[in-house]
Amino acid sequence: MINTQIAIVGGGPAGLVAALTAAELGAKVVLIEQDSALGGQLVKQTHMFFGSEKQYAGKRGVDIGLMLVDKVMKDENIEVLLDATAMGYYPDGVLGVNQLEKFIKIKPEKLVVATGASEKTIAFPNNDLPGVYGAGAVQTLMNVSGVKPGNKVLMVGAGNIGLIVSYQLMQAGVEVVAIVEGSPNIGGYLVHASKVRRMGVPILTSHTIVEALGETEVTGAVIAKMDENWNIIEGSETTYEVDTICLAVGLSPLTELVSQSGAKITYIGELSGYIPIHNEELETTVDNVYVAGDIAGVEEASSAMVEGKLAGAKAALDLGIKQETAKRIINEAHEELAQLRNGPVGERIREGIRKLGEVR
Amino acid sequence: MLERTGVPTPDHVKSATPSEQRLKQGGVAIIECFQEIPCNPCSKICPRDAILPMEDINEKPRIDFDKCNGCAICVSGCPGLAIFVVDGSYSEEEALVKLPWEFIPVPKKGDVVKTLNRAGEEIGKGRVVNVQDSKIFDRTRIIHLAVPHDQMMEVRSIDRRSING
Repeated sequence: MINTQIAIVGGGPAGLVAALTAAELGAKVVLIEQDSALGGQLVKQTHMFFGSEKQYAGKRGVDIGLMLVDKVMKDENIEVLLDATAMGYYPDGVLGVNQLEKFIKIKPEKLVVATGASEKTIAFPNNDLPGVYGAGAVQTLMNVSGVKPGNKVLMVGAGNIGLIVSYQLMQAGVEVVAIVEGSPNIGGYLVHASKVRRMGVPILTSHTIVEALGETEVTGAVIAKMDENWNIIEGSETTYEVDTICLAVGLSPLTELVSQSGAKITYIGELSGYIPIHNEELETTVDNVYVAGDIAGVEEASSAMVEGKLAGAKAALDLGIKQETAKRIINEAHEELAQLRNGPVGERIREGIRKLGEVR
Repeated sequence: MLERTGVPTPDHVKSATPSEQRLKQGGVAIIECFQEIPCNPCSKICPRDAILPMEDINEKPRIDFDKCNGCAICVSGCPGLAIFVVDGSYSEEEALVKLPWEFIPVPKKGDVVKTLNRAGEEIGKGRVVNVQDSKIFDRTRIIHLAVPHDQMMEVRSIDRRSING
């Protein structure tokens, strides 16, 4: 049994910052990561981040990730378990972890769950053909493994992920024939849209994928225009010859562990689906269990990092460590989150958080 | 329109454009950021404080065209790659457009390339007169393109296929 003050599940932006914040305050931390390397989604983000300097704006996500991982690895208060999957958190306060088929028991005084989110998919004929990818897989292939996923891609989804991955595909020398988006408006930041559009990629809003073509692998895609009720307009179909269809149609919070621990879950569409009920300081309905990052509602990585800071400081505060400093960090994190969510693009998140308050 | 296509409208462009007189005086930054998003690096990076401080990071950037000297630091510093520099004083026949470039191939000084507008449509040719690259640009190079005067507010990208890698 490993005894520790804080266990953190997930070594992405939220988990890394939670670990660093708590460790800096003096807490002993065990950081558990399922993958064989830390960094989560940050390692694939080759673009410059938005936000303010407090969230490292202007730096590339991958470089922010490397910087955070380096700090974590050098921190004597943090023990890192890689290739380790948290299996369950039980009423006696024990967290069961499977590390390369070895079962490890960890007893933390506080648990921060920062498991992130998984990609959604959409239904269309032949969506099981080889060549249909999630955007995350495409990014991993290109930016982590250095493998081109294909030569001609149709992107489905014009949120930030669809727009950014389209741009990265072009950087990798892959042709993006079009980006289709079901909504009448582009969901991602318009500057991301403009930078792919001026490279000649059409962004087709109020359009959807009708079917993937091909027998043993993707050889094409049929798209069509939709009316204001999201019904396909007959005769508006267009066929593209592509070898890859990339789906960037949203994310769902990964709530399995926190749900198994007994935390109450609720559905809030604005926060991307089923999320653990939590208060403003990220405490769930289970004693000593906190959440941070996309699991608490899908947002940008900048917000995930700040939530990590908040959860790390709150867990330390609740342990009775450096109360004054921890409180100051919590206040700073609240201010940063308020700034990031203050504009029109944060409206949905604000509405989600308001609804969460009502459920609570 | 912008929200549906990603292409800024003529009204958007007008709102980012300085006076005719200022355009003729020399290099000036054109900030094509038309949506309130949480982002402020441009307002911090300008060495002449021409891009005004933001009270709320969601504000759209505002620029004092008289303070700006077209140095283009902000062109590589904008996370949205939404800032360009135009210089109407470059020569009698040509104006200069400085644009961010994160693709390969990277054009070389002297190359003649096909130029694209905000919709990615080919609108003519441009001559590469300089390629700025240094550590502070963090892999966002700045391409200086000489283009006809009447296209300096139109040219916003390069057709990659027209670059001799």
